[in-house]
Formats: sequence, structure tokens, C-alpha cells
Amino acid sequence: MSAVIEGHHDDHHHGPAKGITRWLFTTNHKDIGSLYLWFSFIMLFIGGAMAMVIRAELFEPGSQIVSPEFYNQMVTNHGLIMVFGVIMPAFVGFANWLVPMQIGAPDMALPRLNNLSFWILPAAFGVLISTFFMEGGAPNFGWTFYAPLSTEYAPPTVTYFIFAVHIMGASSIMGSINVITTILNMRAPGMTLMKMPLFVWTWLITAYLLIAVMPVLAGAVTMMLMDIHFGTSFFKAGGGGDPVLFQHVFWFFGHPEVYIMILPAFGIVSHIIETFSRKPIFGYDSMVYAIASIALLSFVVWAHHMFTVGMPIAGELFFMYSTMLIAIPTGVKVFNWLSTMFKGSLTFETPMLFAIAFVALFTIGGLSGIMLAIAPADFQYHDTYFVVAHFHYVLVPGALFSIIAGAYYWLPKWTGYMYDEFLGKTHFWLSFISVNLTFFPMHFVGLAGMPRRIPDYAMQFADYNMIVSVGAFLFGLSQLLFLYVVLKAIFYGKKATGQVWEGAQGLEWTLDSPPAYHTFETPPNLEAGEAKG
Amino acid sequence: MNNIRKSVSKLFLATLGMFLFGFALVPLYDVFCEITGLNGKVTGPTYGEYENVGNREIKITFTTTNNNDMPWFFDSSKSQMKVKTGEQNLLDYVFTNTTDKPMIAQAIPSVSPGKGAQYFHKTECFCFEQQYLEPGESISIPLKFVIDPDLPSDISSLALGYTLFDITKEQISKQASN
Repeated sequence: MSAVIEGHHDDHHHGPAKGITRWLFTTNHKDIGSLYLWFSFIMLFIGGAMAMVIRAELFEPGSQIVSPEFYNQMVTNHGLIMVFGVIMPAFVGFANWLVPMQIGAPDMALPRLNNLSFWILPAAFGVLISTFFMEGGAPNFGWTFYAPLSTEYAPPTVTYFIFAVHIMGASSIMGSINVITTILNMRAPGMTLMKMPLFVWTWLITAYLLIAVMPVLAGAVTMMLMDIHFGTSFFKAGGGGDPVLFQHVFWFFGHPEVYIMILPAFGIVSHIIETFSRKPIFGYDSMVYAIASIALLSFVVWAHHMFTVGMPIAGELFFMYSTMLIAIPTGVKVFNWLSTMFKGSLTFETPMLFAIAFVALFTIGGLSGIMLAIAPADFQYHDTYFVVAHFHYVLVPGALFSIIAGAYYWLPKWTGYMYDEFLGKTHFWLSFISVNLTFFPMHFVGLAGMPRRIPDYAMQFADYNMIVSVGAFLFGLSQLLFLYVVLKAIFYGKKATGQVWEGAQGLEWTLDSPPAYHTFETPPNLEAGEAKG
Repeated sequence: MNNIRKSVSKLFLATLGMFLFGFALVPLYDVFCEITGLNGKVTGPTYGEYENVGNREIKITFTTTNNNDMPWFFDSSKSQMKVKTGEQNLLDYVFTNTTDKPMIAQAIPSVSPGKGAQYFHKTECFCFEQQYLEPGESISIPLKFVIDPDLPSDISSLALGYTLFDITKEQISKQASN
């Protein structure tokens, strides 16, 4: 590059800087997208290792491998890392890579803020994980950190946990401001809101949800901080506060958070299903309205997580019916995916296999959610493995499968190289079988009364737990194969074409694979039919 | 560029607004609980006399619990009473500091079922007062209450529970900071 010799400051017009500073100081949406995705991948293995410890301990009844105290730390940090360190950053990574390319924008609206919102994330998790090496051990009160477990009875490291959550929240909020600003102001001329790709739509709504609830979470942990260190009594019954208030504030954040972790998955799966069905998505408009109604309903259902705290009957009924109402827009989406596939020219490449598994298994998770929504029945299910089975079905073969599907689908676009189809399919079948082996029997032990978050269990649950543990180990190992497939594609993969998939529609497929460092510096002309998106 | 600045400032204000809303949930929750009697929350002393003394008999159970490892002796003079609605009733609660240090404690009331909380009127109580006791000191405090004759007919028994909290540490740190 002659830029240096000529003394021009134009190197960012041509290509990335060299070495580590490229990644530290980058403001390029593609670089930051890759950083988010790799960060999430690394955290998947850290959080996954914790899950392996949990399943090893539960392989047989009795106390085997770790102390109950350490088991509690494993459960807590597994949850926190998987939610805030894997699923959310992975979706932000997708948003960084895809939103500008799908709407024909040159980059995100606020590139420097983008750099900051990524780089504070490793700091947050560094703070969180460092608590394992401190006196008193890591947070041990569950990922929901209910007061007073997380205040009066918490280990001293809870303060580090609170600041880690503050930093994660700040990162998410900055990322969301960036996504919304980009989508609202930088779409290519001619791309109206109702012509946007569905992934962009899901992220627009997700970003609004994040802005609405992450500050409430920040408020909740701030109240904890003040209760612990400044003598206030927000949640201390002794001082006139109320621990149940914590649950209300937490789940006011927590329930929309659940949809934050699934809406972008809906977008990814919609794109994959239309590509491999070689048909445009069935009912685009109804898809958009369904996403919006799920998001709105998510604000009025939070107390279904706490039916057993002693609510008035009217409250239980309200939260029960509003929760069940969510099944309608979700059902609309599931049937739209099925209708898209109906009479399509289907082929079953790895991304499609993961997407179909997503539709089937996410629906199982949705149905067990309806069972849990029935307030009188919930008194039986509450805090059992049935709940664990339910939310793992929506998060693992739900959110995580959509992330894996999206990674296979866009990997050739991002890297310019095809992955090994045979290994990809092997990865799929291993994951599909082991994920069901892991989480399906949890329904049975849960209905039979096995409580969650306890390192030991009664003899009658022994057989199922052994099956679950074997499934979990297999699922963990299968993800190492995924890492291998990705690395093999990057280093030894065959060159991919720009179009990559025969049926793929959308602006990102009009670019080369891999796309130039800067794309769409002049917006594409949609009216001229340059793209069919 | 102007549009981007506008979007960012709107979104930043929304973030700030939601942060404040998180804190606004605290008083909102208290108001909501008071209206609905959620969690058996009860108000301080109320003054009410009823002319239409009802003839319904209600069974009242009194429970006392020490929070955590609070060492005091804490009990009520009666564990159960049958009372008529609209009538004044009286019982005593005994607090004894069994340790060799001066301590401050506070008892927090709760009525169940929660629906009945707003009909349980305490006309004289120690509900929101702090008790300071020297080592070995003991006091007995009366509680006077009336059951509102408007108590819904499907409630025939109520329970009043008190949990005693040790707040010595909090009080000392509060005084130190003043």
C-alpha cells in the first residue's frame, strides 16, 4: 500500500490496519461483528464447561465431584455467561455484520461507539470470572439473583457482579442505540420499513426492547448495591423493604429479555427457510406484526415467573391469560415458516437442517411454556426441572441453533470460503440427537418433582439424570466439531461465489464473498432492480 | 448527520427515562400493594370505631418469628383469639434481649390471607417502631386491633405474623454517617 509513502490518511478507504491494533481500534462494522462472534464463541465454551461440571456432578445421586457451594457458583455463572456472554453478543455480532449490508448502508451510524460497546464486554466478563479467584467465591445466588440471597446472604464478591452487570448493560444499550439509529437513518433509497429484510426488523424491535429494559436491570442492581453498602432498605424486610419487589423489578426486565434472546433468531430462521425453500417468506406483513405484538405483550406478562409469591387471584388470572396470548403471534410465525416450506423446492443443507430443527424444537419449548403459564398447574412445576427443560428448549435448540444455522448460512459470505458440508451435517445430527437426549428427559424428572439448582437428588431420578448427563457430554463435544468446521472453512475451505446459495435473496448476496472492507459507499439503487431484497 | 444526532438523543433520553422508571417501580409497588393488600402489607395505626358491631366471629392466629439468627425472645401473650367484628381487642407482645449487648430490633407485620389485610385495623401497635433494649431487658407492648365488619364473608380466619429483625448494625452505621 502506497498510502504511507504518499502521506495520505486514506488507508481506511482501502483495507484494514495490520496487527492487533486493527482489532483494538477498529470502527468497521465487519471487524466488530467478527469480534462479537468470536467473543461469543469463546464464552460458549467457558459457559459450556460449567454446564459439564454441573452434569458431571448430577451424573449420579449423592455428592460426588464438587462441593455444594461450588455447584451453586457453577449454576449461577453458567446462566449469566450463556445469557449475557453467548446469546446476546452473538446476535449483536450478526447485527453488526448484516444490518448495514442488508439495508445497503456503508457502516453502522456510530462506529466509534460500536468499538466501545464491544470492548467493554470482555472487561465485564473479566470482572465476573475473576470472582472465582477471590475470597468468598463467585456469585452463587442463581442467574436471577433474587434478594435477599444476592444482598444479605451474598458472598462479598457480589459487588464485582453488580459492576459487571452494569457494564454489560451499558454495552447492550450502546449497541441498541447504534442499531436503531442505523436502521432508521441509513437505509438505501427505496427501502421502506415494510421492505426491510426480516432480520433487520427483528433487530429493530429487539433494540427497542433492550433500551426499555436494560436500564431497569441497571436500576435493580443499583438498588442491591445501595442495600448492601449504603444502608437503604429497598429489598430488606427488616427496614420496611420487600424482597418480592426485587422479583417484580427483575422480571420486568427479565421477561422482555427472554424475547431479546429469541426475536433475532426468528429473523435468521426466516431468511434461511426462504432461501432453501426457494420461495419468498409466506406472510411477510404478518411476520412483522407478530414480532411487534410479541414485543408489546412481553411487558405485561412478567409475573408469570412468580405465581407462587402470593398474588391476588385477579393478578394470577391476568398474568396467566396475557401469557397465553403470546402463543397467538408465535403460532403465526411457526405456521408462516411451515407455509413457506409447503410446496417449496426444498434442499437440506446444514443451515436448513438447523433451521427446521429450530422450528420443531422451539415449538416444543413454546408448548411447555403454555403448560407453565397455567397458574394453578405452575404451583406443581415451579422451580422443578420442568422449568429447566422448558427454557433450555427455547434457548439451546431455539436461540443457539438459530445462531449456528446463521453462522453456517453466512460463513461463506463473511469469510469467502465454503465449509465442509459433510462435517456440517455430522455436526447437525450429533447436536440434534444429543440436545434432545439432554433436555427431553428433564421434563419427566421435573414433573416427578426433582427440584432445580440442587446438587443432589433422590434415587428415583438416577436413571434419567444419567441419560441427561450423557446427552450433555455429547452435546458439549459436538460443539468442538463446530469449532473445527469453522476453522477448516477459514483455512482450507473452497472459494465461495458471491451468491453462495442458489435461492438466497437480499442485498448482502449481491456483494463479493468475502465482501470488500467497505461496502455500499454509494447506496444501491433498489428501484433499478439491482437487488431483489 | 442531523437525523442521526436526533435519533441518538431521543434514544439516550429514553434510556435515562427507563432507568428512572426502574426506581419509580418502588413507590408504585407500595401504592399497588396498599390498594390490593398484596403480600399482606398493612398500614400503621388506624383509628376506627364501628357503631354496627357485627356478630360474625373471626378466628385470629398470632405468630411470631425471629429472622435468621436473631437471639431475642419474642412472643405474644395469646396464640389464638376468637373475636367479633367491630370490637376492640387487646393482647401483649413480649420482647426480651437475651444477649449481653444492647441491641435494636424491629418487628415487621404481615396479614394473611393478603385479601384480608386491609380489614385488619390496628388501633395501637408497635408496627413501625424500633425497639432498643439493654442486655437482659424485657418489655411488654400492647397491641389493640379491630376487625372491620366489611371483611369479605369468605374469610373466617386471619393470621397476623410478626417477624423480628436485628437492625443494630444498620442503625449504628446510619448514626455514624450522620
